[in-house]
Amino acid sequence: MTTEVTTEYPHHRKQLKCSFEQIEDCFDDYMKDALRNLSNDGVSQYLSGASLVCMIGRGWEPVSIYLEEMPQMAKRVGEPILEIVSKHVWDMSRSPNGKAIPPFMQCLPEASRRLGTLEQMQHFFDILFDMLDKTTTSVHGHHKTHSSQGFLVLLNQIPYLLSQLSLEGLKNWIEYGVRNYSDHPERQKDYFSIQSADAKAMLQRERHGTLYMDNERKLDMYMRSMWQAEEYFVPYSLGFDELRKPQPYYDELGMRVPDVYDDLKGVRGINRYRLTLAHMAAHKRWTERQVADNLSPFQRIAVEAFEDSRIEQLIIREYPGLKKYFLALHPAPIEGDCESEKESCVRHRLAMFSRAVLDENHGYQNPDILEYLEKFQDALQDGESSTKEMLNLAVSFTAKTRRQSDLLPRVRFENTEIDYRDDNRHMWLFIEESDEPEDDTSEPQSSETVEPEGLPPRHYHEWDYNTTSFKPDWVTLYESLHAPGNASVIDSILEKHSALANYLKRILDLLKPQQYTRVRYQEDGSELDLDIAIRSLIDFKSGSQPDPRINMSHEHSGRDFAVLLLMDLSASLNDVPDGCTQSILELSREAVTLLGWSIEQLGDKFAIAGFHSDTRHNVRYHHIKGFSEHWDDSVKARLAALEPGFSTRMGAAVRHASHYLEGQKADKKLLLILTDGEPADIDVSDDKLLIEDTHKAVDELSSKGIHTHCITLDKKADDYIQDIFGPGGYSVIDHVEKLPEKLPLLFTALTS
Amino acid sequence: MSDIDIEQYKITEEPFYEVQEDEVALYEAAYDARLPVMIKGPTGCGKSRFIEHMAYKLGKPLITVACNEDMTASDLVGRYLLDANGTRWLDGPLTTAARIGAICYLDEIVEARQDTTVVIHPLTDHRRTLPLDKKGELIEAHPDFQLVISYNPGYQSLMKDLKQSTKQRFTGLDFDYPDSKVETAIVAKEASIDEEVAGRLVKIAHTARHLKGHGLDEGISTRLLVYAATLMNKGIEAKRACHMALVNPITDDKDIRSTLIHSIDTIFG
Repeated sequence: MTTEVTTEYPHHRKQLKCSFEQIEDCFDDYMKDALRNLSNDGVSQYLSGASLVCMIGRGWEPVSIYLEEMPQMAKRVGEPILEIVSKHVWDMSRSPNGKAIPPFMQCLPEASRRLGTLEQMQHFFDILFDMLDKTTTSVHGHHKTHSSQGFLVLLNQIPYLLSQLSLEGLKNWIEYGVRNYSDHPERQKDYFSIQSADAKAMLQRERHGTLYMDNERKLDMYMRSMWQAEEYFVPYSLGFDELRKPQPYYDELGMRVPDVYDDLKGVRGINRYRLTLAHMAAHKRWTERQVADNLSPFQRIAVEAFEDSRIEQLIIREYPGLKKYFLALHPAPIEGDCESEKESCVRHRLAMFSRAVLDENHGYQNPDILEYLEKFQDALQDGESSTKEMLNLAVSFTAKTRRQSDLLPRVRFENTEIDYRDDNRHMWLFIEESDEPEDDTSEPQSSETVEPEGLPPRHYHEWDYNTTSFKPDWVTLYESLHAPGNASVIDSILEKHSALANYLKRILDLLKPQQYTRVRYQEDGSELDLDIAIRSLIDFKSGSQPDPRINMSHEHSGRDFAVLLLMDLSASLNDVPDGCTQSILELSREAVTLLGWSIEQLGDKFAIAGFHSDTRHNVRYHHIKGFSEHWDDSVKARLAALEPGFSTRMGAAVRHASHYLEGQKADKKLLLILTDGEPADIDVSDDKLLIEDTHKAVDELSSKGIHTHCITLDKKADDYIQDIFGPGGYSVIDHVEKLPEKLPLLFTALTS
Repeated sequence: MSDIDIEQYKITEEPFYEVQEDEVALYEAAYDARLPVMIKGPTGCGKSRFIEHMAYKLGKPLITVACNEDMTASDLVGRYLLDANGTRWLDGPLTTAARIGAICYLDEIVEARQDTTVVIHPLTDHRRTLPLDKKGELIEAHPDFQLVISYNPGYQSLMKDLKQSTKQRFTGLDFDYPDSKVETAIVAKEASIDEEVAGRLVKIAHTARHLKGHGLDEGISTRLLVYAATLMNKGIEAKRACHMALVNPITDDKDIRSTLIHSIDTIFG
């Protein structure tokens, strides 16, 4: 040890029990920093904490991070952090997760900057170590033997995650990953490195700020009402492209806007959206395209800046109240901040000019800026001026203010970025083809994404009762027309059951005219309405004018039902139940045939669909009969060809069916589910999960005014069926062979 | 029936009306020939005010009937009432107008049921008579009598439209909100407020009118602008007055409210 020789703080050096060689070079600097920022107690805690980190034997790196960052951090959030951090590091070194210590130390400074208080930091540690605890797996019982797979990658993502999520959001996001992937190391890694789709989806959901998705309609209305423009918006994500920093822009395909805006400098997210849109709308209204070929890149930047300023002035003329937002969001570059010998000040100059246009109290002294400010204001004095005029002004401004240093590779960006402005790509017209490589979009898209058949997949969320939350876009559902078979099969079924059909017909005839409704307040009507008549007589006796509309009449009100029958087509339909000669499928088909026929007689709106599933990635929804189709041969052919297979993931199918029912205009909407067993799928081991999810789906439907009724052929259904459909929401058919008879009767009972 | 007090139907003070185009000349020509007139236009754009103005200008009595769906034919033509001595006939407003030679103005006619509106048919063609079948009397309309109806083609449902046979008995005047200059002048004069402020109010109204059909059934009317201006005259701060008069009455839709409030904020600065 050579401590006595080099350090100015021998007393402190003694307290630090650490013998890395590197320490001697910088110990004095660390100590200066520590003594400046910490109390005496803090300094000794700092040194003992560092000693502890030193003792864990993970090399120099964690120690150096500790020594370097902790004084600042302690100043920011309070000195107790010193001990907390060293304690956590110590704990980690005693677990299989020692490798995570350096990245853990590295993410701390950023975390403390974001979170700002000791309390928040405590929560943050709780979240992290809870996750660590749950993902560190043990092989034989009680010892934690395997290190956490997700923790390392998670730590690398922490700065980004914290920039996107509130602490609560972070907690939810992490817990979601732990819950779903705790026993799958590879997927866990994908999730915590934000690679997998649901990590992104979940992140999107937990993000803070004003989400585009929540405000689409408002923005649409904003454009319509204040700019008389009908625009198509395309949101882009700021989240996954740190380097390029996408900017808003517009082209023929629509206006690109960020998918989220935080509140910034007192301007609310929604108003930042409006400002961005106002800027683009103003370009659309006032900017004319200019030929770009004759201008240098610098000139172009200047023209863009002048034009942006011009249209902003025009916006403020139109809507003076927007000025306060412009002022708040526009950076205020400080004069003389840019050292023109060392860096390029082009952007800085233009930002100053732009600020000066906006802000009368800019206080800039630069004669060039002031001169051009005056010229600019003259140009806009009377009238709107024009892009052309701005172009000339900007070109001469560039010439006048050009500096040798403008060409320096180091450009000053600080305080020059104006984030509500778009990238002005619409302003320029290139006559000659540019020699800059452009991303070629004219290439015909390769046909790799051709879907074999049917509609594009739809995604549905699924309810997780363990956490009482939805897993976003969890289930993928494909809808297609069911392949047709031989329609005559269905006709022969009707013939076979002709006696039953006749019986049904008698009932249906009784059903057709539904109840009467009374129409009151008629001057002429079929009956005297006594209530009103007496009231009129009283009026008359008391000398005021009686109401002569003392009659009432009656009217039929028509049946107004929309019914969708959802058939479970899982593999178990092939079973032949005890004591039957036909399979469940054949019986169901007969039942549905009779039902379809009866409903056609009644004239209710009726659709039939079937579903089965093969894991959450492949739920098949077969279209058999649509609401607008009649009970004709093509429908019968599809019904005849029904083929069972796979499992019963009911929730997604129910949600999909409900979106069809929602589109129907009817007083009463009914979803009939015909099934032979409980919801289940091969990728779900917890029986209760899909039962709860289906229950949730049924709840969702009922909140949309759709009544759900399940007809189950499972004799043991009593265990679960009421949990899903609620009391009275289901019928259990004990004698499967009676189904063809029961189903239409059940339907008529339900709807009369 | 000569005991009707005609004077009560006369308009004594000149109602303020700002001429938009040639509607006054058109109306005068129609009145000259006693052609029935239908006035179409969104709510609060000055239909009723125009009729009042014309009645004043022509010096004719004006009988206004606000139509509603419970209104029956008897409410228009009249009915027998019982009294101590038996029954007594009471003229309805339409009959009264036909007798005294007034302008009969049926406001929002589509609100009335279609079987009610047909009673006006004989008055609107060359016959110019009104049969009172219950009373057994045929009234020849007074030479000064004219029938005017108004309706708002915007918000009513498909169910509430006039029959072709009714529509084709009228000449039509199409009203809309006046252009910004005229509307500004109207608001400034009617509420005696600064032209500049009136101009801003009109601008707000325009933003809202662009939302018609996109969640708003009807834009902000000139009448509401006058209300807002009146509130401001009473010393209410501009933005609050606009919220009260221009936003709260017309919508409960959160998104639209937010958009309108933002536009008020940016226009009043």
